[in-house]
Amino acid sequence: MPESSPLLTAIFGRLTFESFPIHEPILIVTFIVVALGGLGLIYALHRYRLWGFLWREWFTSVDHKKIGIMYMVLGIVMLLRGFADAIMMRLQQALAFNGSEGYLNAHHYDQIFTAHGVIMIFFVAMPLVTGLMNFVVPLQIGARDVSFPFLNNFSFWMTAAGAIIIMISLFVGEFAQTGWLAYPPLSGIQYSPGVGVDYYIWGLQVAGVGTTLSGINLLVTIVKMRAPGMTMMKIPVFTWTSLCTNVLIVATFPVLTAVLVLLSLDRYVGTNFFTNDFGGNPMMYVNLIWIWGHPEVYILVLPAFGIFSEVVSTFSGKRLFGYTSMVYATVVITILSYLVWLHHFFTMGSGASVNSFFGITTMIISIPTGAKIFNWLFTMYRGRIRFELPMMWTVAFMLTFVIGGMTGVMLAIPPADFVLHNSLFLVAHFHNVIIGGVLFGLFAGINYWFPKAFGFKLDTFWGTLSFWFWVVGFWVAFTPLYVLGFMGVTRRLRVFEDPSLQIWFQIAAFGAFLVACGIACFLIQIAVSVMRRDKLRDTTGDPWNGRTLEWATASPPPDYNFAFTPVIHDNDAFADMKKRGYKRPLEGYRAIHMPSSTGTGVFIAALSVALAFGLIWYMWWLAALSFIAILAVAIAHTFNYHRDFHIPAETVAATEASRSKLLATVAGH
Amino acid sequence: MASAVNTADHAATNSDEVVFYLEDEHEHAEGSSTALGFWVYLMSDCLIFAILFAIYGVLGTSYAAGPGPQDLFELELVAVNTAMLLFSSITYGFAMLQMDKGNVRATQLWLAITGVFGLCFLGIELYEFHHLIEIGATPQRSAFLSAFFTLVGTHGLHVTFGIIWLVTLMVQVNMHGLIPANRRRLMCLSMFWHFLDVIWIGVFTFVYLMGMLR
Amino acid sequence: MPPFLRRLISLAILPALLLLGGCNFVVMSPSGDIAAQQRDLIIISVVLMLIIIIPVMVLTVVFAMRYRASNTDAPYDPDWDHSTQLELVIWAIPLLIIICLGAVTWMGTHLLDPYRPLDRIDAARPVAADTKPLEVNVVALDWKWLFIYPEYGIASVNELAAPVDRPIQFRITSSSVMNSFYVPALAGMIYAMPGMETKLHAVINNPGDYEGFSANYSGHGFSGMRFRFHGLDQAGFDGWIAKAKAEGGSLQRPDYLELERPSENVPVQYFATVDPLLFNAIRNFCVEPGKMCMSEMAMIDAKGGTGLAGLNNLLPLTYDKDARRGSIFGSEPTFVANICTIEEALAAGQADPSKPASIVDRTPLRGMSLPRPGTGSVNPSLSQTFGSLRPSNS
Repeated sequence: MPESSPLLTAIFGRLTFESFPIHEPILIVTFIVVALGGLGLIYALHRYRLWGFLWREWFTSVDHKKIGIMYMVLGIVMLLRGFADAIMMRLQQALAFNGSEGYLNAHHYDQIFTAHGVIMIFFVAMPLVTGLMNFVVPLQIGARDVSFPFLNNFSFWMTAAGAIIIMISLFVGEFAQTGWLAYPPLSGIQYSPGVGVDYYIWGLQVAGVGTTLSGINLLVTIVKMRAPGMTMMKIPVFTWTSLCTNVLIVATFPVLTAVLVLLSLDRYVGTNFFTNDFGGNPMMYVNLIWIWGHPEVYILVLPAFGIFSEVVSTFSGKRLFGYTSMVYATVVITILSYLVWLHHFFTMGSGASVNSFFGITTMIISIPTGAKIFNWLFTMYRGRIRFELPMMWTVAFMLTFVIGGMTGVMLAIPPADFVLHNSLFLVAHFHNVIIGGVLFGLFAGINYWFPKAFGFKLDTFWGTLSFWFWVVGFWVAFTPLYVLGFMGVTRRLRVFEDPSLQIWFQIAAFGAFLVACGIACFLIQIAVSVMRRDKLRDTTGDPWNGRTLEWATASPPPDYNFAFTPVIHDNDAFADMKKRGYKRPLEGYRAIHMPSSTGTGVFIAALSVALAFGLIWYMWWLAALSFIAILAVAIAHTFNYHRDFHIPAETVAATEASRSKLLATVAGH
Repeated sequence: MASAVNTADHAATNSDEVVFYLEDEHEHAEGSSTALGFWVYLMSDCLIFAILFAIYGVLGTSYAAGPGPQDLFELELVAVNTAMLLFSSITYGFAMLQMDKGNVRATQLWLAITGVFGLCFLGIELYEFHHLIEIGATPQRSAFLSAFFTLVGTHGLHVTFGIIWLVTLMVQVNMHGLIPANRRRLMCLSMFWHFLDVIWIGVFTFVYLMGMLR
Repeated sequence: MPPFLRRLISLAILPALLLLGGCNFVVMSPSGDIAAQQRDLIIISVVLMLIIIIPVMVLTVVFAMRYRASNTDAPYDPDWDHSTQLELVIWAIPLLIIICLGAVTWMGTHLLDPYRPLDRIDAARPVAADTKPLEVNVVALDWKWLFIYPEYGIASVNELAAPVDRPIQFRITSSSVMNSFYVPALAGMIYAMPGMETKLHAVINNPGDYEGFSANYSGHGFSGMRFRFHGLDQAGFDGWIAKAKAEGGSLQRPDYLELERPSENVPVQYFATVDPLLFNAIRNFCVEPGKMCMSEMAMIDAKGGTGLAGLNNLLPLTYDKDARRGSIFGSEPTFVANICTIEEALAAGQADPSKPASIVDRTPLRGMSLPRPGTGSVNPSLSQTFGSLRPSNS
């Protein structure tokens, strides 16, 4: 910007007209669509006077159920963005043969694969997992809310703020062109002087604050807020896996934070942590980012394991086989996940002894994981399996995930990794475990707990269609990638020379198209279910003949979750209650102590977006002002000592009476 | 949880009257989880310092043909600095003792003294940084200096926030007295302050003392 | 069988059918002995794991079928949730397989360590005692590959050649960002990293024209960062060297600084003469005149730095291949000036200046019954089991 005046630079930093991608037709069209959609949404909210309702009942709510649902909405919206990136990559790779450059230039394509990875992990998988944990865990342990309800709201908005920062990069400036882990020196200021990596850093830092705090929150909730009688070995398996996941979050996200701080110091201040000159060491970054990155995989997959445990037991109508070994397997996986990070870079010249150590620890993880698979298997044994949607996802998971596990162990053998590392085989492997493990689990969980959250089941026709499109689409999309990996094709390539590869990329693109249909069917499933909600209504609160505590209350649960604090005698608490003739109490209600809503979380998160924007574009005044404002809002928040209220006993009585009426109509039929 | 266990035991021995819910509201007293939550937060913060220590451990000898610790550090100054922070920890302890006695004025006084010691610490640290940068030993000069400034600076930043928090709390104690919420907050800040002290002992030993011995 | 399961099974068979189609599976049918051994490890591990994967998949389908809700003939045992024997079995089987796999991994990793000099040309032929490996120094540039042949004093860009059945020793580094040097037909990959040196030992057994490329994303021109690897007979290789000598220009330090500027899809280039110290200078980030080598810097740092005087030992950066910008709050870009000449510095960085840098085996074999390369014999029972991994000169 040699011609820009000092005044303009002082105000706008490095933001100029050229920063807006007006020469990229794809982005222009996207922007128009997003803008129109956004305007339509704003108009609708205005037309139906929903702003106040949204603000009071949702945005400022500290109710863990509503926050959980907001996380899910965020995850699903970001899934659309992340998937748009995926299908653009697949198209590019299917087209760029025989001298064709495809339709994406390197600058655009490199942003797309980086954004795809970042968004899918941080802003799809993480919010969906956190959302389910938020919604389900307090219900499963018989609590009224999480330990720190305000912090919960704040965490959500910080995650959303991170997502917004990443989304801004689509239309203002550029995103990182470094791959999703931004290895230096490539991500250093010398090789990435633009704003892309800064968007990456600040997007992740802001979201990371939310993730860490939510991890602390849920961890303390599970330790402190369990209903009486729920000893550690009576905790439902989903809550157990959530506990381990949140331990992992608390113990790894600070590493990510620290590493990104160091990278940003290199970029902003010119320090020499990861530079080539002045004694810097890029290998430090690679080590540290994977010390976070590997446990991150387990952060995502452990709750999915928990979901499968709940689903398989419920729909087999049986107690979970090997509850104790399931718990120990989870704990072992949690601990071992710290001892394997080096397997992500066997090929960076570590000695053979180091490589074999990390290879073997990696393989050892497959032992508890294998035990888990067997436990699910023997839960099905001598059961009465109802193939509802959650169970279908579970069986598809079991058949898909073992293949992903097998390819994972193959990659854990260093000499085999030397030929498969960074290949499309690797890409196929981690999609196999993340889609086949985490995403299938999330779909099982969504179909399973949706009636609890909204009071009606999801439509099975569109759900089944979505299931088939996803499962078939997944295999059609990723089997070719396994094959291409054996043909020595590496990842992140934009153009290809060997024409014989094209057919495989075309098959993969077709698979991605099938997955797109699966996503569409999923959205239609939700829309159709909302429209047909009266027919799909769950009046009992227990649509699946569930076994854990969340099914003991109404669907959707009242604000206070349980009118009386439950007492637990068994790890299948609700199955136990039903078996022993539990009768729902009908009188003697007390006033219930609840946390109040607050807008502080929204404000701080919004200011964080401004702070990040200022830092990314070197608008120092904006950064300084928003930082001071964040401090001021945070301090002001601490001066509010009235953060709770009581739901009067009469209100509780009225709510419970209307439920009694509903239950009576069911019994009457 | 004592009452909870009792109910469960009761239920187990007498299966005819299994208790499935508590008739009285089972209060988790407000802030009952705060100590644990704050402790977990401190551990996550500790991890950030662990990373910075590890970075210093790896890069601490990469002087890029520039000066090393012996050339730069003044142990006397750092000793004074360390004393400031240790004294501030002690005075914070006195503040907590007074808080337990419910003595608002004495609590406030000791908190103020703690804050002054904290500011002295920061002042000396800033003087040291200023001196280093002035002679050209900037964080950009070598990986060793990058790691040094970042580790010590992060600690200093924590102390800064600790002082802002301290002032806020003094205002709040002034407004509301030593109510349970304020006691809880003072307890959290106390943990935070002592935590920073422990980290500083690590910095002092690992960076300064061992640096001079190298 | 529930209809959805039937469809799921047919789906599972699909990938297997696809795999049967003929294609150039270079990873599964390589032409170099190292890659072939790596392929063998893949096959061994898959077979070992299928012992457990296949029963699990079959059982999943069988249980799902047999215990479906509509099959009321099947036994139903809602409270059966524990069996010590069964749990022992389901922990023990994976454990046993992982023990086997772990043993294979330990041996395979040590035997196929890229730093380890070869001891065999293929399964049947050991390396003769007097064989001198072909040395190739590899530099990953933005975005092309530079191959320096110190033995012949030549260099090439984006073309690599080697005689068949002669061990090759690659020394690999990068001029800027991380890349990965990978010729799938020859051997597994190893990263090319700035300021660091990695090694790879390999041998090509069949003549041919193979593909090589960077296997780690390195920026804008990454897709075009490919080269051809020619496995040639001795005559062909001599011809290739002669061609490079005849056609090529000179690669001195100024030429290199010109070459390392970012460029994409670079055609093949040859250099008939190469500065013999160029690779070490690249590896030590001191090709630019006046810049201190990393080896020299490491020596000085090991002795405690240069004291306060070293603070002023900086020169402003004049040459900059990327037209880099400094950090917004950083000082103007500078570099550390050298104290001695590059030659002296490089010599100082070596353990013993009188000798050329010797190849140190950084990973002595310590596994039970595993010999050091070129010595001892393998335990016969192990050698039968893992024949393909065994050094053949026993």
